[in-house]
Formats: sequence, structure tokens, C-alpha cells
Amino acid sequence: MNFKLILNIAFHLLIARLKQTVVAAVGVTFGIAMFIALVSFMNGLNELLDGLMLNRTPHVRLYNEVKPSENQPLDLSYKYKKNVNFINSIKPKDRGKSIYNANTIIKVLKEDKRIIDVAPKVTSSVLFNSGTIEIAGFVNGIDMVAEDKLFKISDYIKEGKVTDLSQNNSIIIGKGLADKMMLTIGDIIKISTSNGNLASLKIVGFSELGIAEIDNVMSYTSLATAQKILGQPKNYITDIQLNLYDKETAAAVAKEFHKAFNLDAMDFQTANAQFETGSTVRSIISYSVGIVLLIVAGFGIYNILNMMIYEKMDSIAILKATGFSGDDVKWIFISLSLIIGLTGGVFGLVFGYIFSVIIDNVPFETTSLPTVKTYPIDYNAVYYVIGISFALCTTVISGLFPALKASKVDPVEIIRGK
Amino acid sequence: MDNNKVIETIGLTKYFYDPVKFQVIKEVDLSINHGEFVSIVGRSGSGKSTLLYLLSTMDTDYEGELYIHNELVTGQLDAQLAKIRSEKIGFVFQFHYLLTEYNVLKNVMLPGLKLGKYSNEELEHRAIGHLKTLGMEKHALKMTNQLSGGEKQRVAIARALINDPLVIMGDEPTGNLDRKNGDLVFDIFKKLTEDFKQTILIVTHDTDFADKTDRIITMEDGRILL
Repeated sequence: MNFKLILNIAFHLLIARLKQTVVAAVGVTFGIAMFIALVSFMNGLNELLDGLMLNRTPHVRLYNEVKPSENQPLDLSYKYKKNVNFINSIKPKDRGKSIYNANTIIKVLKEDKRIIDVAPKVTSSVLFNSGTIEIAGFVNGIDMVAEDKLFKISDYIKEGKVTDLSQNNSIIIGKGLADKMMLTIGDIIKISTSNGNLASLKIVGFSELGIAEIDNVMSYTSLATAQKILGQPKNYITDIQLNLYDKETAAAVAKEFHKAFNLDAMDFQTANAQFETGSTVRSIISYSVGIVLLIVAGFGIYNILNMMIYEKMDSIAILKATGFSGDDVKWIFISLSLIIGLTGGVFGLVFGYIFSVIIDNVPFETTSLPTVKTYPIDYNAVYYVIGISFALCTTVISGLFPALKASKVDPVEIIRGK
Repeated sequence: MDNNKVIETIGLTKYFYDPVKFQVIKEVDLSINHGEFVSIVGRSGSGKSTLLYLLSTMDTDYEGELYIHNELVTGQLDAQLAKIRSEKIGFVFQFHYLLTEYNVLKNVMLPGLKLGKYSNEELEHRAIGHLKTLGMEKHALKMTNQLSGGEKQRVAIARALINDPLVIMGDEPTGNLDRKNGDLVFDIFKKLTEDFKQTILIVTHDTDFADKTDRIITMEDGRILL
């Protein structure tokens, strides 16, 4: 088959109906551009929202859960070893929140090649006192350097600096907490712990994550200060957080460490399962809207090609009379729709990118998201590949039916009808 | 080849089914020799055009056998028939059927480009040659809508000639033309048979036209009158 000639004929037919062709191509362009802009925007938003949670969540967290002992005394009895035992009213056992031998574990983990870094943490629920008011909250004793490296905590510190925590008895409190208690930097805040210790700490900064529930209760201090106010020794650590180079392996690594260190291990996927669900649903919505747009564009192409066939009946008849087979005619019309799809699609990619850049530059300043200045966009080549392949698919499919119809045109009927 | 038959039919029969079954062509046995200028005449409804389209291979819904150049055409596939048309048959219709998207030269070249027997340059050269024979060379680069009816028909003849067809078939090629242009087209056909031994088969109801051809086939009620 002489494809050069077929393309040439298709091209001339298109030129002859330039206006309609442009309209059809613009339909595809619009569909693809919107698809790309929409998916990029939606995924940018997904990443932003996920990041909000996931960036703060360690890939694997090691801690002691309050739970019943896994090995009950009954299991040790030889007599009942082979039986299925039911035990009622088991009470959880408090092994203490402290991780036993934490410093050795941290040392071992720091040498593991899969791990980016390890951040030890002391968490405790406390009461913040202001005059007669008591507000329940949490204090996190953190290793400033490791915490900043893994979770970029300085992004969320609105006033003051993380490093200010290296001063003795200093604290950074959540913005919501500060507003409630009318505190400013330099003020002293009184904290009472659950075991009755009282401490006075100096406020050196405010943190704001944008999630009120957290900002209203959270506070940060150094590991040493936290251990001191809790009246615990230097090796008191409640959480070991670690990030992995390959975060997809988190679940497996968590399982491994659970066995190795006899600690509870939580991977980030399990901890944030609901966020994954939200992302998936948002992706599905944006993909389906984009695909619907393309299908509508496909109907446009179908219509225009169909009209073109009725207009060009004479030409089809004479092409057939002078030696073009039905297949040739079919390919002419498929090329027509491919040309429309390809040009429309390529322009769609360009405009999709332009729209993305425009959205990326629209200011989006909210007090709740201090690190975000413009709307988020996820530039990902995959969306562009999906866009152009789908453009070609829809145009070819929508061109196929008119093309088959054209290939079946009976030249005798047309010529004799004149 | 033991004979010089260009077209031969054996028991060619065709029915129309709409609105009722009706036999248009009745057992036609016909052969046309190389170099003949043949006209088919007959009253309207006698089946002369239908016969032509059967011979043209475009209409494949018939009974009997059709040979072109001693090769059985009956039952061949669409693509093969298209190739046969491309190589062996040139068409001139009552209406010119030129493609408005192309200029005159490209219109003439198109069947040649499809056949691919000659290179582009050679085809262009040949197309200009044919246009020259028909006195149309100065219009070669015009678009087809800039031509008069007679001129268009001459371009259509040039297009029919481009692949050196075995036979040129015409369905009322002068039907849409005035006397003067009609005579002009006839003279072209005449010249082609005399100078180039071109086989020509024309369906016409114009008896003046038919009288001037070498052989007249008269049709009545789907049969050939001898």
C-alpha cells in the first residue's frame, strides 16, 4: 500500500475542510489539555495533602504498645499445650513506655544501610497550666538535628528556630495552644506531667502545621529537657523513628525490626491507610473527568468524519473507480482522524503544560499551610504519555467507523445516481 | 496470447432486487477486440449502463463469467479488482468527478500514483503529454473549478489515459456537453483509436455519436441485438 499517497490525499481532504478540521482538533486539544491540567493539579494536591501527614510520619516507628502479653501463662503449661485455649478478661500489661536498651538499638539502626537516619523521641501527655486553666496536650522531646533532617520540622516553626531548643528548659508550642493561653515568645509556661512533676519552660517559638487538632495540643522540646521534666534518666526513649531510602519496603522492614528488637513496629502505610484511600479516590475522579472529556472530543471527530464522507462521496467513488481499493479508502479516513488526533493531541500537551504552569503560579496563601505559596502541581511525564496515547486511541476508534463506512461505499451507486 | 480479446463475457446475467426481482441483463455473450471503438446504444432501461458497470468490475453482483485480457475476473477480491481497474481500465463518466482538492495535473496523475508503475517525474511528464494531446497543457496548474465543462471532461479523459489502460470505458461521456464540446470529445476518442490503437467502449444514447464508431452494440430488454 502506498502510504505516502494515502497520507497526501488525507492531507488534501483536511486542507479542503480546514475549518471543520480545526474545530475537531481543538476538541481534542481541549480534552487533552484539561486532562493534563486536571490530573497534574489533582495529584499535586494529593501530594501536598499526603505530604502534610506523611512527611511527619516516620516510615517505620518503633515503640511499646500497651497490650496484653502475647504469651499467657497457660501457654507454657504442658498439659494444655495441644488444646485450643480461650482466656477471658485478659488485662493489658504495662511494660512501661520506655524502650529497653534504646541507645544500643539506635546505634545498630544507624549502621543499617537501608536507613536514612534515626530520630529518637520522648513523648508524654502533659497538662499546660495557665493561671487556673489546665489544657491537656503533649510534649515531644526531639533530637533537633535528626528530626529536622527526616521530617523538616523547621518548615512548620512559624516563629523562632528549632535550634533554640538547645537552650536549657526551652519549649516550642503549637500556635493554637499559644493563642488560647495568650502566650508570646519569651513567656514562661508551666507544665505538669502525669506523675505529678511540675516544670517551668521558656517559650522560644511557635509551630503551626495547619491542622488545628495538632496545633492545639502539641509542643516540642529537646530530648534532655523532656527526660528532665518527666524525671527520667538519659536513656529514656519512648519512640524510635526511622526513614528508609526505599519507603515502599517499610512494611517488610517494620516486620523485621518487630522480630529483631521485640518492639512494636508501625509502618507509615498502616498508620495512614485512610490517606491512601483519599488519594486513590481523588485520582479516580480526575482520571474519569479527563477521559470523559476525551470521549466527548472523540464524538466530535466521529461527527466531522461522517459529514466529510457524505460530502466526499464523489471523490471516494472516483478513487475506487480509478483503482483505489476499499482498504485504501479506509486508510485515508483513518489517517484523517490520526492527523486530527495527533495535531490536536500535541497541542493539547503543550496547552496542558501551559495551564499547569499557570495554575502553579496562582498564589495560594493560607495561614494553615505556611510552606505553600501557590497551588500545587505535579509535573509528571506519565500524564503526558497517557494523554497522547488516549488522544490517539479515541481518534482512531472514532475514525474507524466512518472509515469502514467509506470503504464500503459502492462507486456504481454514486456514479449512476448522477 | 492466442487471441486479442480485451473483454469477453459468457452468459452474463444480472438481477435487480429492488423493488421486485427483475432481470436486467440476460445471458449476454460479448467480446471486444483490441483496438475497437465500440459504442453501446439502447433505450433508457435497456440495461446498457448496467452492462458497462459489470464490465468495469465495479459491480460484482452478477452471474456468468467475465474475462478481461483473457483472465477470469469473476469472483476476485476487492483489492485485486481495484488493481485490475488501476492497470487495465480507464474511466470517463458523464460527470467529470475531478477532485476539487487537487489541481488539473495532480488529478491526472492520481491513478498513476496509485499504480506506482512510474516515478513521480515520469508520471508528471506523461500527464503533461496527455494534456498536450488533449490541448489542455496550459491549464495544467489550474484548480479544477476554474475549468469549463468541456475542459473538465478532457481532463477526465487524460486521467483515464495515464496508466495506458487496455480499454477506456465511458458512460455517456458527452451527455453533459454541448454539441461543440461533444464533437471535440468524440474527435479525441477517434484520434486515440486511430493513432494509438486504443480500445474504447462507450455507452451512449446519442445515435449520431454511435454512428461514427467502428461497432455498435444495440441493447434491448437486457439482450444484445445482433
